[in-house]
Amino acid sequence: MSTAPAPGKTAPAPGKTAPAPEKTAPVALEVHDVHKWYGAHRVLDGIDLTIRPGEVTVILGPSGSGKSTLLRVINHLEKPEIGHVSVGGELIGVKRHGDRLKELGERAILAQRGRIGFVFQNFNLFPHLTVLDNVAAAPVATGRLSKPAARELARELLDRVGLGDRTGSYPRQLSGGQQQRVAIARALALRPGVILFDEPTSALDPELVGEVLAVIKDLATSGTTLVIVTHEIGFAREVADRVVFIDGGRIVEQGPPGQVLDQPRHERTRDFLRKVL
Amino acid sequence: MSEPPGAAVSLAESESKNENEAPPADTSSRPLTAQRVQPLRRPGRWIVTAVVLVLVAQILHGLVTNPFYQWDRFRYWFLRPTVLDGLVVTLEVTALSAVLGLVGGILLALARLSGSPVLRAVSWTYTWLLRSVPLIVVLIFLYNFSALYKTLSLGVPFGPAFVTFDESRLATDMAIAVIGLSLNEAAYAAEVVRGGLLSVDQGQHEAAAALGLPQGYQFRRIVFPQALRSITPNYVNQLIGLVKSTSLVFYVSLLDLFGTVQSMGSTYPGDVVPLLLVATVWYLILTSAVSVVQFYVERYYARGATRTLPPTPVQKARAGLAGLRARLRREAAV
Repeated sequence: MSTAPAPGKTAPAPGKTAPAPEKTAPVALEVHDVHKWYGAHRVLDGIDLTIRPGEVTVILGPSGSGKSTLLRVINHLEKPEIGHVSVGGELIGVKRHGDRLKELGERAILAQRGRIGFVFQNFNLFPHLTVLDNVAAAPVATGRLSKPAARELARELLDRVGLGDRTGSYPRQLSGGQQQRVAIARALALRPGVILFDEPTSALDPELVGEVLAVIKDLATSGTTLVIVTHEIGFAREVADRVVFIDGGRIVEQGPPGQVLDQPRHERTRDFLRKVL
Repeated sequence: MSEPPGAAVSLAESESKNENEAPPADTSSRPLTAQRVQPLRRPGRWIVTAVVLVLVAQILHGLVTNPFYQWDRFRYWFLRPTVLDGLVVTLEVTALSAVLGLVGGILLALARLSGSPVLRAVSWTYTWLLRSVPLIVVLIFLYNFSALYKTLSLGVPFGPAFVTFDESRLATDMAIAVIGLSLNEAAYAAEVVRGGLLSVDQGQHEAAAALGLPQGYQFRRIVFPQALRSITPNYVNQLIGLVKSTSLVFYVSLLDLFGTVQSMGSTYPGDVVPLLLVATVWYLILTSAVSVVQFYVERYYARGATRTLPPTPVQKARAGLAGLRARLRREAAV
């Protein structure tokens, strides 16, 4: 916790003070003009977002602003009505035919999800599997690793999140913070290019928040591309390369944390920050 | 309702107050030292227990001593080969229908939960129809089926047939019984399985999908094992019903346990009661065996769902004995 807010970073390029990425820079994740609605209710109303490899993006916004839906659209748990998402240059959930986009089959979508890690607010660990099997299941089921190799990897990852001694436990025997750390290890087991966090600490007791944030921070400093929806403003200031403020399904403003959190340009951002700080 | 808030509690306690609690008023000013709270005496419960025990003893005494039951004839019939043959038929029919019914139920439940409106409608209609028609009607209908359709053929629908079966050779009494019971069982199992699948948290489906687990794996390894926790007790209930429903196959001329007892009873009219007792005891044994299996299956699927597994009967008995001994020792000390 002693590292200074921004300089502790290793991976991101120095150009991160400029909010608009250079045209030539490689892109880890691109969200292009995404609209999503349920009936008459517009949840996402034209979201554009470009994230470079190794970048840590924190998404802030009031409840109901569409933050979680945006994450779920990125890994195609929800289909956007208009617009598309690509990860590492590959379209997610759709295929391009000339100028048209066609929906992919379930099998192809499932294969793509392996490249996108997802950490849920409520952990959603598999309660009938041990901690080790929770982490080892996906690499085996998707045919990437043999069972022994997957278990070996699972042990390494659990060590990394500080739970190397709990491999034989069942999820319900763990605290919320421990469960969320297992969920992070589970997401890492497929070696995803991007990891999405949907309010990873919102379901935790206050004294357990720190241990989960420490694991995420460790990932952030190791150069993994992260997109984090959270209400932890202090954490955002510490790890984010970019803060994106969303309200009413639109991006209100974005930029480095120092700018968005300390000198917000929009009234709505100021209003939100006043309430949560 | 103007009573003080403590009124409801004191009402429940008042009956025991006079005998149990008699601290003189002058001690209340003294500081209370920590000590074990004396459990509430419940004389009413002891009286009811005694009455019930007497009644149970009377029933048991009647069962043993009443000559009407002819226990010697019971002993004669209980392990007779004819009766055991009937028992084997009952077991075969039950086992086959239970498995086929469950498989059919799983398929129907998946169809009912699928995205296709046609599959949903077909599944719903099947369940509606088979749950509405009495099992005995289904069985007798199937029995007469071979008269309605002389041959059964595999081929292009409405087109030429590749293989043709002679219905009368295919439809043995056993096959009719198993098919009838399975069709009926599948309709009920479908609802049991569907309920189980719906009881699995939506977050589990999402987590499995987010990890990109293949669809078959999601169902077999993630969703279904969790659904089994609530499917098991309901399906066992169903299974016990099935064990007894097999007695209906007597009407399609299959000699199961009940059928054997029935036909022996008409040959030896004096032995009807002991023969019925033989059937009763065998059915009791079968359902007890199913219940024991149920306990251990449920215990197996409870892994991870509870922090500690429920104790086995042996563990429970041991813990109960230890508790009793501790209590006796405590009371001896007082």
